[in-house]
Amino acid sequence: MIHFVLLISRQGKVRLTKWYSPYSQKERTKVIRELSGLILTRGPKLCNFVEWRGLRVVYKRYASLYFCMCIDEDDNELEILEIIHHYVEVLDRYFGSVCELDLIYNFHKAYFILDELLIAGELQEPSKRTVTRLVAAQDSLVETAKEQTSSITNIIAQAAK
Amino acid sequence: MGSQGGFYQSKEFLDLVKSIGEARSKAEEDRIVLNEIETLKRRISEPDIPKRKMKEYIIRLVYIEMLGHDASFGYIHAVKMTHDDSLLVKRTGYLAVTLFLNEDHDLIILIVNTIQKDLKSDNYLVVCAALNAVCKLINEETIPAVLPQVMELLAHPKEAVRKKAIMALHRFYQKSPSSVSHLVSNFRKRLCDNDPGVMGATLCPLFELIARDVNSYKDLVISFVSILKQVAERRLSKAYDCHQMPAPFIQIKLLKILALLGSGDKQASENMYTVVGDIFRKCDSSSNIGNAVLYECICCVSSIYPNPKLLESAADVISRFLKSDSHNLKYMGIDALGRLIKISPEIAEQHQLAVIDCLEDPDDTLKRKTFELLYKMTKSTNVEVIVDRMIDYMISISDNHYKTEIASRCVELAEQFAPSNQWFIQTMNRVFEHAGDLVNIKVAHSLMRLIAEGFGEDDDNADSKLRSSAVESYLRILGEPKLPSVFLQVICWVLGEYGTADGMFSASDITGKLCDVAEAYSNDETVKAYATTALMKIYAFEIAARRKVDMLPECQSLMEELLASHSTDLQQRAYELQAVIGLDAHAVECIMPSDASCEDIEVDRDLSFLNDYIQEAIEKGAQPYIPESERSGMLNISNFRNQDHHEASSHGLRFEAYELPKPAVQSRIPQALIASTEIVPVPEPMYPRESYQTTMPSIPSDAGSAELKLRLEGVQKKWGRPTYTPATSTSNSTSQKTVNGTSQGDGASTVSSMCETYDSRKPQVEVSHEKQKLAASLFGGSSKTEKRPATGHKAAKASSHMVEKSHVPKSSMEVASDKATSAQQPPDLLDLGEPTATSTALQLDPFKQLEGLLDTTEVASAVNGAPAASISPDIMALYVDTAAGIHNKNDADLLSGLSNPSVTNMPGTTAMPQVTQSSSKRPNPKDSLEKDALVRQMGVNPSSQNPNLFKDLLG
Repeated sequence: MIHFVLLISRQGKVRLTKWYSPYSQKERTKVIRELSGLILTRGPKLCNFVEWRGLRVVYKRYASLYFCMCIDEDDNELEILEIIHHYVEVLDRYFGSVCELDLIYNFHKAYFILDELLIAGELQEPSKRTVTRLVAAQDSLVETAKEQTSSITNIIAQAAK
Repeated sequence: MGSQGGFYQSKEFLDLVKSIGEARSKAEEDRIVLNEIETLKRRISEPDIPKRKMKEYIIRLVYIEMLGHDASFGYIHAVKMTHDDSLLVKRTGYLAVTLFLNEDHDLIILIVNTIQKDLKSDNYLVVCAALNAVCKLINEETIPAVLPQVMELLAHPKEAVRKKAIMALHRFYQKSPSSVSHLVSNFRKRLCDNDPGVMGATLCPLFELIARDVNSYKDLVISFVSILKQVAERRLSKAYDCHQMPAPFIQIKLLKILALLGSGDKQASENMYTVVGDIFRKCDSSSNIGNAVLYECICCVSSIYPNPKLLESAADVISRFLKSDSHNLKYMGIDALGRLIKISPEIAEQHQLAVIDCLEDPDDTLKRKTFELLYKMTKSTNVEVIVDRMIDYMISISDNHYKTEIASRCVELAEQFAPSNQWFIQTMNRVFEHAGDLVNIKVAHSLMRLIAEGFGEDDDNADSKLRSSAVESYLRILGEPKLPSVFLQVICWVLGEYGTADGMFSASDITGKLCDVAEAYSNDETVKAYATTALMKIYAFEIAARRKVDMLPECQSLMEELLASHSTDLQQRAYELQAVIGLDAHAVECIMPSDASCEDIEVDRDLSFLNDYIQEAIEKGAQPYIPESERSGMLNISNFRNQDHHEASSHGLRFEAYELPKPAVQSRIPQALIASTEIVPVPEPMYPRESYQTTMPSIPSDAGSAELKLRLEGVQKKWGRPTYTPATSTSNSTSQKTVNGTSQGDGASTVSSMCETYDSRKPQVEVSHEKQKLAASLFGGSSKTEKRPATGHKAAKASSHMVEKSHVPKSSMEVASDKATSAQQPPDLLDLGEPTATSTALQLDPFKQLEGLLDTTEVASAVNGAPAASISPDIMALYVDTAAGIHNKNDADLLSGLSNPSVTNMPGTTAMPQVTQSSSKRPNPKDSLEKDALVRQMGVNPSSQNPNLFKDLLG
């Protein structure tokens, strides 16, 4: 089972956290601090796995962003690595060549997508197409209900400068 | 860009994100966030906020929370948002609550109603959103509220909904298996769902169910195999492909399930061979996911009934993994190797250099994995090299969690395979020196016990040599600064017990050192206590040897300090020391015999020597003693507690309307019974036949009350029990028969393994290349071991140990497990006895039954089960399965069969101490047994450390 998912930037800034096992706010902060210390310092050619408090953390770096998932000892690390990749691919499809900024400003979307991919700490949908379709269906409802459409891209572009 | 489909976000929010992104330090970030919290607190409580605005506030709260700050002030608004009619708003509300709330949060009760409503919605997206929340938020109490709806959704036309409903049900099962156990058959049905996504999701709960109870799912083997076959043959839609692998995630899940189902089951395994072999062949080893499937195949092969052809393919894959440049694959290769060597130990040899490479790799993760492998392949031939390496590594790391683990592994290996006691003590010293405070206190006790008991044979000379070398090394180690407390305790105890025994060191040397310790570690009261008692022993031995005792000035000042100590324990020890010094030699000999830490102390807990006195007093008209448990006040309290317990377990929260009050609830009846007896202070009017003596000063539960409240006490004891038995084995020097017995047994098996190891290993080591040398010392043993039993030059018993050891690395545990299972029996039997004792109490004479039980306990203690049984039963079963699985199959089945029932029936097991207790106060001929049980109970009392400590120290 996946205990939590973390997205951390190379500078150690948190971009997304999702907890499938109960952790108090205090523990969460501690976990993030410990793990970013552990993972961000690792060299590029080492394993993508870290042993941590009797659990395993599988991480993968995409550009400046580290995707980390914490799993049980007897889970298949390579499979988790693929799930991470899976998530990134869905994000990529959704945002259209995703970059860190997309996730910074639309973190709630990243959450929605994650919710379609993982549930209760398990992979619920192995098909990327299904995930994309479901997220799109939710968005299209949102679309119709939306009051204002256009300006967002501009604002992001400005903010990004 | 897809992000256009997003919410409207105000400039304000974007600015916030931007400024946090630009923050140069954590402090700056915190300041910005705190500002934001202030703003939000103000804004969010304004009246009539438009929904759109509110939604954004909630997202901002999520953001704050994500950055690690507390946004609890806004939780209630997120909860309110889930009530909204528009899906758009609702979805945000659900997202926020799933991120904010843990399942035990108070606000959840406010969401349940909304979830109930949404689960019935005709918009499947609303249902999906609600199901997401169900998975995260619904807890044991609220499961009944949503369960019916979730069940209905299993047949929903949309596959996305079915899938989530399955996962929700799985979550319920994880949280409270009893609440959904009657619905488990639904998972089987969903396995035939025509959507592969739903079928795939069903595998998650099935995996868990099968892991808990393999046997009831054996019928599914064929189905799983045929599904796997179809998947591997690309019968699923291309949408499930992943790097040209057909539905790899489903394959992996299925392989995991097959591994469980085929474990130790030849017939089931035979069905799997073809399909697993196919996958081995078809898998594309160039992609990550292909390797993931291959790795899972290896796990499966190593778990099911072995098949030589599959093992060969697995070995091929492993060597490919190990030769790969990718660290990830090396890591998986090492892990897989660790799994496979359990079945075919010889496979390790061909990879020895690769393993050594991994061991010396700069990557910590890989290194640790390799240590894990070494740990699995340790035997008596390579234990020295491996443990040495482990300790070196342990010293080099600072991660406490892992340090603890590796330290305990070192200890375990050393205890199991130590070639000599000398080596064992040295190894323990190193472990203690560097990870002392992380090691279980039990280890310290077993080290002391080993030093005290020596080889367990009648070789006094060797024993005393061992002791003097221990004393010598400890005196040297004491020079080091900052030793861990546990280690100091060992040192003090050994110095006190054996410091002057061989005459090499004078009493003043040792006492001086002990005073130094007490002074240097003056904050540590436990160490001081150990030091004080050690001092007392030294002086006592001096007095007993008719030598003149001069107390060192520093010792005197220490005593003065302790006599006025705030710790009553220290104070008492100091006073005792004073008293002992004042006694004459003969008296001292009696209270502090030299080298008697292994002797038995008989404790008459019944205080039977007072019987005459009591008899006399009663004849003179004194009131008989009423045990605490029968005094009415006490009974009331426990009665209440029992009631509470009942209500919590049976009712929980209710979500339907209250029904009309009924006159009496069924579960109360037993209490009513107790209540009626409780008025009568005289213990048992109902059992006139019994030879029970009211005059006896008795421990709390006498037989009569035990009958009425048996269940009640079982409930309380449940929590006490786990610490019970382990503690028995720790309190070593209280010198109980049981403890001594087993440790001797253990000692014997280690000893026997020790003597023979040297000669076979030595010649191997002279290879030029350093790595090869290391490899040889690690792996060389496996080919040699087969021959060794023939050369067995020790007693027959010893060589038989060796045979086992050379075949299966851990089979020495088998001996232990044999013992343990025989010790397991009594709980089993008690198991059966206990319910009859409660239910048929009125017709049967309870003592008759207890007598039967007593006999079994006698057997148990004769086989000295207690410490062995402290290894928890399921671990036993595990060992038996893995270690003895192939060689000793019949045995294994028998053993696991024996140990299983005691796992499943905990209440029965917990009742054991209680039954023995109530039996132990009967005045019958089984005196020694009773005392045995009592001493065990006493040595075990976990609450206060002082009395315990005392027993440890006072030989």
